[in-house]
Amino acid sequence: MVTQNAMTVSSVAAGAGISVGPRDTRGYRAFTAVNTVVLLVVCAVMLYPFITVVAQSFSSPGAIKAGLVNVWPVGFNLDTYRAVAQNGTFWGAYGNTVLYTFLGTTIAMVLTTTFAYAISKPHLRGRSVLIGLAVFTMFFNGGIVPNYVLISALGMKNTMWAVILPGAISVFNLLVMKAFFENLPRELEEAAQIDGLGWFGIFCRIVLPLSKPVVATMVLFYSVAYWNDWFAAFLYLDKQELFPVTLFLRNLIAGASTTASEGAAVAGTTTAAISANIQAVTMILTIIPILCVYPFVQRYFVSGVMLGSVKG
Amino acid sequence: MVAETVGRRQVVGRRPWNTGPPRGHGTKLPWRVVWRRDGVLYLMAVLPVLFLLIFRYGPMLGNVIAFRRFRPGGSIFGEEWVGLLYVDMFINDPTFWHVFGNTVIIGALTLIVGFPLPIVLALLLNEVRKKAFKRAVQSISYLPHFLSVVIVAGMVMQLLSLQGTVNQITEALGGEAVPYLQRPEWFRAIYVGSEVWQTLGWGTILYLAALTTVDASLYEAARIDGANRWRQTWHVTLPGIRPTMITLLILNIGTFLNVGFEKVLLLYSPLTYATGDVISTYLYRVGLVSNNLSYAAAIGLFQACIGLVMVLSANLISRRMTGASLW
Repeated sequence: MVTQNAMTVSSVAAGAGISVGPRDTRGYRAFTAVNTVVLLVVCAVMLYPFITVVAQSFSSPGAIKAGLVNVWPVGFNLDTYRAVAQNGTFWGAYGNTVLYTFLGTTIAMVLTTTFAYAISKPHLRGRSVLIGLAVFTMFFNGGIVPNYVLISALGMKNTMWAVILPGAISVFNLLVMKAFFENLPRELEEAAQIDGLGWFGIFCRIVLPLSKPVVATMVLFYSVAYWNDWFAAFLYLDKQELFPVTLFLRNLIAGASTTASEGAAVAGTTTAAISANIQAVTMILTIIPILCVYPFVQRYFVSGVMLGSVKG
Repeated sequence: MVAETVGRRQVVGRRPWNTGPPRGHGTKLPWRVVWRRDGVLYLMAVLPVLFLLIFRYGPMLGNVIAFRRFRPGGSIFGEEWVGLLYVDMFINDPTFWHVFGNTVIIGALTLIVGFPLPIVLALLLNEVRKKAFKRAVQSISYLPHFLSVVIVAGMVMQLLSLQGTVNQITEALGGEAVPYLQRPEWFRAIYVGSEVWQTLGWGTILYLAALTTVDASLYEAARIDGANRWRQTWHVTLPGIRPTMITLLILNIGTFLNVGFEKVLLLYSPLTYATGDVISTYLYRVGLVSNNLSYAAAIGLFQACIGLVMVLSANLISRRMTGASLW
């Protein structure tokens, strides 16, 4: 109501320079100060767990056990890093994670981009059926028991495919991608058609090069999902040499892994204390790759997600 | 290869396809023509569709084992019909209703706390004039979203351990150290708190995007009418982002019962089953640890159906009341 009536005068008022809004009042300045403090607190809360883990990774087990480590390392040492770096099981798991992430992301990207391109063509007959087929799975899924039965029946237990294949199409990513393809200017594709390029040629040579932002976003989303996944491995893998690093870490935390006691033997202290700093180092080494790519792709993913919100 | 030949033949043979208004709207083209025009598009969709059929629809059909006796190593669709045996079983299982209650409570708490906070943070961020500061806060608050749930659980355990920061503060204030993760009364708070920590920043993205689309002249108009900052937020900003809020609310309601299963599995222990055990962890233990696969499938199917009903009804209500709908 308020806004409706004033709509007509707004342009006049702006022209007359009546823009000394409440933004400049004392009340608003007080709000700005409070707001800044609140946001700084939010940042501190977000960062604190990271800082503690970093501090613990450099601290001596004794200091952690005594409850002295918060934001700053106590009893600074690199022994834990050395112990973890010499642990073959850890690097084996790390290598598995890299392999699963790389293969999984590749397969997922191929399936997602090709499917998204096909269903982004408004004239495609049966398009709504294909979209419906995908969207329905967002709201209804089989559940873990039938999934487990299926993976077992396909003979994929204790193979890396059990970890890689089931996650290969995320419908959310698919819809974001489809929306992006729909928004590409049609003229380019039409020009390519006249030049005699088929759909697949257009897709590879025109559409994909134009879609770098969304492709970068999707590569990030898929690779983070594969990198972070532990549950598929937990369910389907029994052999330690196939474990990804997240499952290795989970077992470390659960104290179920023999590696924790190996670590304790190395440093010659109690299992509980040593595993706290070994956990910290393992966590950091697991987070680091994500932190490394994060700044580069950040500008892409925000636009990617927003795109999904517009059309998804 | 295929694409090239099809394309060229098309160009040589008849008019280039898809120039001008697409034919086939209104008049039905024969499939043969459609195939010649779009065959490659269908071929591109074959693998993804196969994937969906096997890995998404396969397990959906696999749910028939909820009504059939399942023998490990036998058919994935079970051996013989047993009717509603397993449904009867869980309806008469007090543990099921207990974990059902836990799930509803944790889901409701997560929704009540976790849904409004990103909106508040987005509004606060929207008031920040210094671009660099705003961007820094955003980058930092998105970060937890990218962590594995294993790492989040590890961090929670370290912070709440007897030597952890929380207990250090408690002791500094003269309290006694509490083994939080072994106390059922703390489980919900821990779960919801860590959930908020991980999702708060990421949740703001869509709202911030929606905020940029609010018409600036509306603010000016409100200001001229004497609306202060608070009233502008209430009467202009919030209505402006209402469609986003409703969409996200519907999605959140749909996933209400899928309480972060993996995190619960990592954080709970027999000591905290009283409040922490949820439907999915219960069916995981019953099905995959104790091997009652049919029984667990029945519970899972029930859960999935409730989820579907909830999302459909939330969408229906929203369409009736506000006109906003997911599809």
